[in-house]
Amino acid sequence: MESVGSIIAYVVIALSIIIFSVLAVTTRKILRAATYLLFALFATAAIYFSLDYEFLGAVQIAVYAGGIVVLFVFSILLTSHPGDNSARLASKKRVSGLIAAIAMLLVSGYVLISRCIGVAEPAMQSIDMQKVGATLMGTGHGEYLLPFEAISVLLLACIIGGIVVARKR
Amino acid sequence: MESTMPVLILAIPLFTFLLLGLLGKFMQRGMAGVIGTSAMGITLVLSYITAFTYFFSGNPLFISAGGDRLQAVIFNTVWLQFTPDQIDAAGQIVKHGLAIKLGFLLDSISAMMLVVITTISFMVHLYSNGYMRDHHGVCEKGFQRFFAYLSLFSFSMLGLVVATNIFQMYIFWELVGASSYLLIGFYYTKPSAVSASKKAFIVTRFADLGFLIGILILSYYTGTFNFTELTSVPVEGLNDVYAVSAGTAEHIRSIFADSKAPLFMGASVMTWALVLIFMGGMGKSAMMPLHIWLPDAMEGPTPVSALIHAATMVVAGVYLVARLFPLFLMQTSALDIVTVVGAVTALYAAMVACAQIDIKRVLAFSTISQIAFMMVSLGVTRIAHTDALGHEVHEGLGYMASMFHLFTHAMFKALLFLGAGALIHAIGSNDYTAMHGLRKYMPVTHWTFLIGCLAIAGIIPFAGFFSKDEILTACFGHSTVWAIWMTLVAGLTAFYMFRLYFLIFWWKEHKVHGEHVPHDQPWTMTLPLIILAAISCVAGFVPFGNLVTWNGHPITGAGFFTNLDNLNWNVAVISLCVAIIGILVAMKMYRKENPLPEKMRSALPRLWDWCHHRFYWDELYMFITHKIIFDRVCKPIAWFDRHVIDGTMDSFATMTNRLSVAIKGLQSGRIQNYVWVYLLGALVLAVVTMLCVL
Amino acid sequence: MEKTMLCYLIPSLIMFCCGVYGFITRKNMIAILISLELMLNSVDINFVVFNRFLFPGSMEGMFFTLFAIAIAAAETALAIAIIINVFRSVKNVDVEEVSKMKF
Repeated sequence: MESVGSIIAYVVIALSIIIFSVLAVTTRKILRAATYLLFALFATAAIYFSLDYEFLGAVQIAVYAGGIVVLFVFSILLTSHPGDNSARLASKKRVSGLIAAIAMLLVSGYVLISRCIGVAEPAMQSIDMQKVGATLMGTGHGEYLLPFEAISVLLLACIIGGIVVARKR
Repeated sequence: MESTMPVLILAIPLFTFLLLGLLGKFMQRGMAGVIGTSAMGITLVLSYITAFTYFFSGNPLFISAGGDRLQAVIFNTVWLQFTPDQIDAAGQIVKHGLAIKLGFLLDSISAMMLVVITTISFMVHLYSNGYMRDHHGVCEKGFQRFFAYLSLFSFSMLGLVVATNIFQMYIFWELVGASSYLLIGFYYTKPSAVSASKKAFIVTRFADLGFLIGILILSYYTGTFNFTELTSVPVEGLNDVYAVSAGTAEHIRSIFADSKAPLFMGASVMTWALVLIFMGGMGKSAMMPLHIWLPDAMEGPTPVSALIHAATMVVAGVYLVARLFPLFLMQTSALDIVTVVGAVTALYAAMVACAQIDIKRVLAFSTISQIAFMMVSLGVTRIAHTDALGHEVHEGLGYMASMFHLFTHAMFKALLFLGAGALIHAIGSNDYTAMHGLRKYMPVTHWTFLIGCLAIAGIIPFAGFFSKDEILTACFGHSTVWAIWMTLVAGLTAFYMFRLYFLIFWWKEHKVHGEHVPHDQPWTMTLPLIILAAISCVAGFVPFGNLVTWNGHPITGAGFFTNLDNLNWNVAVISLCVAIIGILVAMKMYRKENPLPEKMRSALPRLWDWCHHRFYWDELYMFITHKIIFDRVCKPIAWFDRHVIDGTMDSFATMTNRLSVAIKGLQSGRIQNYVWVYLLGALVLAVVTMLCVL
Repeated sequence: MEKTMLCYLIPSLIMFCCGVYGFITRKNMIAILISLELMLNSVDINFVVFNRFLFPGSMEGMFFTLFAIAIAAAETALAIAIIINVFRSVKNVDVEEVSKMKF
């Protein structure tokens, strides 16, 4: 039996994930959608924290919430006038989206419920930051120097690509 | 014997071909001629040394203690191995697998052919240096190409005659065909030359189909391509030396006879194989009914006609039969076919030659007729017996006579062609109607041409007399009917050759047009004529009976000038009389301008028409190919191809096209639709998987 | 009450389905991109949850999430660059207006 505080925290996190996700895709103001996304990302970070992945939670907040959402906001401001509402959805389109989403929900939910029920939470242990760093820099089994380098090159390529694509000619 | 020289004999012309063919553009035209001619000169010397060594050195590799000429395989390299050799436990080869080898077989006929080919080829090279220029000595366009082709041809022909196996022979056989094609079509801007080269190529290729089938049958039954294994036995104690033996041929025949299917359509399979191989020879040697390409081949430059279409390539068919002669000897039915084809062709070609206007056509038909003589001579050869006149016939006399005639004919026919070339070069036309009375203007050409005519007519002591006499003797030894037949053809030969001679050099005074007076050609052209004329005078005294026989065993005494001693004077007198009658008739009719030929022509209009139009063979072929094959066979096939096969394919394409037009809306460019379809598809797959697994 | 794995997976699934719905229905390309981020994020959660619940000793899930975040950042940056470029040329970010690539 867990403490009431942690249950409350969980309920808040789960509800905010669900609610902000739904709002992010249903609101007609694009800037609001970005804001709801930000909250959903925060809630995700909270999940990471509650599962004792502090480093990951920090990365989530820094990169996603701090970096990507800011990018979104900038691009939204560049491409649309504030206060514009997007047009109402055609009902056909909404229906098809709902069908896809609900079918996804049903199939995956069925699988999850039939397969993953009753896996209890193990004892939490936070991960040593030193170990994270060593694993990221190591070259042995289960260590990630090569992907790390690949990602860094990818990021560089993306920076250059972004500049090349977006710059004014 | 060392293999350096034989390799060089083949390598020099090949190298010259590559040199002139690849780099000819960068050299002066005259230079190409000098290079080609001198390379051929070196080959000539090497060939002479080789042949001389073979015939006269007395080396035990080449002549046995009993005086029999042997076959020596100088080198033999495996080129394509079809089936592996069978090797026993000790590592010794038990049985050789089927392989195609490239090698050099030196025996009496190949040595003789080396001499013939290089002599004629060198003369033609030399002659071409003069012929392929205009009257101001400027070389024609394509001079280098011409010499390159000549070298290619010389290489191919030399490779053909020294082949150690039938497949090597086939390879070089096709190569000479290809170079013949290239040379006939040398003036490729002239439509007639192009169609003539195509005609030659297609007709000989058709014949070679038979050749190939024959090779396949023969090798299928005997398991070998090698001539030495087909016709000879190894000589004890010597490596790679063989003696021709009837026993081996007998063995081959028994292989055929003992096989599961010795008969096919009423004739033995071996006869079929030999006749099919002979069909290849018929194509190359322009025997009826595959002769139609040779007269048209005269569209090529005249030196080419002299080299390829008179002296060397066209006798390849005779050479082929001679090469496999022991096998033919085992199947006399095949030899009978050779005889009949040869005899009919000889008469036909001689008759047609009497009614041609183009002097090169006359010579072409004369060539066909003379080659037919050689074929007949091979066809009537049998094992020793007593002839109809009561004389003992030498074993294989006809074979010797055939090779003898091949040799002498090559010399005097090349002479005649080169002489004709000189005339054409001087006059600028192929028809004798433009010539007449040239004897005063071109004395050298006149005298050498006369010697050539005397030689081909068979007047003693010129070369043709001896060889023709031997052929007729062999015919008498076999069958009186064929002997009389061939004697008549010999008379016709004398008639049409002297008709040509008199029409060119006598008949009436030459009409000189303007400044241009015909004259003898430069030394490069007259020298070959003189040399060849000299050879034609003395070639008859070469003791072929001693040198070239089918099994290597000499049929005359060992001395050198034995031909006169061994003449069968009964036959000789008959043929001489017939030849002289032919010449006299020709002289009576054509020496001075007179109405006699015209009268004869109107007396026998039908005969003249048929002869003049070559018995309408070309029209017959045209009818068969166009009216029957093209219209009746090819058009329906083309229709089938166009409407059924193509139609099927087209309908596939049309259906695909329509289908794609119908479904192209699916690719709407709306990524959301794609995602929707993709997601639902993935979900359906997931559900299906779950239903199956759970 | 015990928090089982399902307790984390169900919100993540709902997040994913929202992403799907948004991706299919929205017209604005940036909104589509936001939906995409939602889906990616839900996948990240799954990685972490599976790592924590099923393989508590190892760190593969965590590192995959780490890399996924990095790649998502890169992808977003590039996508936004493209969108801005498209906006410059057609003055619009409506995905249905940008259909020159079809056929």
